[in-house]
Amino acid sequence: MISQSTLLDPTAELQPVERQLLPRLSELAGATIGLLDISKPRGKEFLDEIEKHLLKLGARVNRYTKPTFARVAPTELSQQISVECDAVIEGLAD
Amino acid sequence: MEQMRSTSYTLVIKKDCPTCAMIEPLIAELAASCDGKLSVYVQDDPSYPPSYPDRIDDTSLEFSYRNQVEIVPTLIRQTQDSEDVPRIIGWDKVQWQEFTGIDDLGADLIDFKPGCGSKTQDPGMDELLALKFGDTQFGARQVQVSESEDIMEACFERGWSDGLPVVPPTPLRVMRMLSGTDRKPAETIGQVPPDKVDCSIEKLAINAVMAGCKPEYFPTVIAAVEAALQDRFCMHGLLCTTYFSTPVLIVNGPVSRQIGMNSGVNALGQGNRANATIGRALQLIIRNIGGGIPGGIDRAAMGNPGKYSYCFAEDESDSDWNSLAMDRGYEREDSVLNLFAGDGLQPIVDQQSRTPQSLAKSMALSLRSIVHAKLYGLADAILVVSPEHRRVFRQGGWSKQDLRNALHEELVTPGADLIRGANDVAEGMPAGFKDKLLNKFRDDGLHIVSTGGKAGMFSAIISGWVATGERGSQIVSQKIL
Repeated sequence: MISQSTLLDPTAELQPVERQLLPRLSELAGATIGLLDISKPRGKEFLDEIEKHLLKLGARVNRYTKPTFARVAPTELSQQISVECDAVIEGLAD
Repeated sequence: MEQMRSTSYTLVIKKDCPTCAMIEPLIAELAASCDGKLSVYVQDDPSYPPSYPDRIDDTSLEFSYRNQVEIVPTLIRQTQDSEDVPRIIGWDKVQWQEFTGIDDLGADLIDFKPGCGSKTQDPGMDELLALKFGDTQFGARQVQVSESEDIMEACFERGWSDGLPVVPPTPLRVMRMLSGTDRKPAETIGQVPPDKVDCSIEKLAINAVMAGCKPEYFPTVIAAVEAALQDRFCMHGLLCTTYFSTPVLIVNGPVSRQIGMNSGVNALGQGNRANATIGRALQLIIRNIGGGIPGGIDRAAMGNPGKYSYCFAEDESDSDWNSLAMDRGYEREDSVLNLFAGDGLQPIVDQQSRTPQSLAKSMALSLRSIVHAKLYGLADAILVVSPEHRRVFRQGGWSKQDLRNALHEELVTPGADLIRGANDVAEGMPAGFKDKLLNKFRDDGLHIVSTGGKAGMFSAIISGWVATGERGSQIVSQKIL
């Protein structure tokens, strides 16, 4: 069993204790969406299809590639995506 | 002997106690006299005493805690069918002999030797044991952080921080913080803006832990929150404003010295734990309990660095100089937290004035400029007088009230000089004030405190929020109990 530390919640407890998702985009038109290929086989084909749909919906698309699927994305890449995009989709194809 | 058979004893000892070591040879004798009905609990070393193999390991201190043992050795006597459970502590030969009924017990020992403190009395142990073995229940929900998560990072990621690291609010730390007050953890002290949620003493303690406070600061933190919740202070509006202002905490009275607050060199700067963390605690409470998040409800255009913490004590070393709290009706012996909606610090340099008259005029010139030199009555202010400037007034025979009167006179200005367009500046007072005499500050709008190091003929102004008086925020004070 993983040992845990217990903290007491300092807030008014208006939110669930689980960390919440960031706010979702309300629409895709005009938004810049990053497509991140994690370097697994067939990821490119999957993301090509996603890109077509996004363009039809009026989004702009930026493509990125992780050097290897086995490791987390390099900090520089994460920062680049966060600066250039409103949201990101990872191609977790197999 | 009939009495002995129905009687049992419990002895609590620790190896690291010379008195326990001295009485060790008596343990076997005592056990024999009561047919072995002797339980020996050892607090620090379960292999001690080697002469008594039936000893019981109490290194967890559970037995000692549950039985309120404060001194070792403690000898407790239990007699069948009797509710009376007497105990003796330390070594007093006659007392031990009477208590055990063994006339010659320890006959060759000295008559008297006091015991040592029980390990349950070690610093910080009380809360630790209460948490382990007591019936403590927290009102706040518990958040589990897994071992793979850095506990400091976990606090950041949950949005609990002002941008600087916080002390993780573990149950033990919160319990220790709560030991700083007699008030019940579940007591609600009011509704914290902007979310207007009920706030308990326990929630304040959690945030005080995170700010880095020691338990002895906690009553001052509570007073700061109570001050902020006073209607006159208008905390909700102050938080929401696009203006720079934030709560400025000024502590008067004995408590400021007892908890080691800084009222000397760099009093408004960094480096003193009490100054830094008490002010920070109020900010974290507004953020975490009230929900006052910068960029959310907090709409400050720029903010100011004091929004991390803005707290200092007044220098009360001069008995001829009334403190801010005394100006506000309290006694010199009262410990008081004053709260003012203020901005950054504006220096007043005057190294030439040697008379009160010159220095007061000099200060008035600077006071004119707060908010805008042509806008009058908009904001309150605190004039922070340095010890060297205070000396000029004292040597000139001026009291604080003399200074206040002189400033009031100096700050009266003809409206013609202030109206919009006057002196080729578009900003200013509405034209309707042209033929009036205006004072820079409303009545009770200029407060005077003294703090700072002994060297430097520099005083300062803490300018206030531009919503003042009944339509905004007014200075408030709260006794620290």
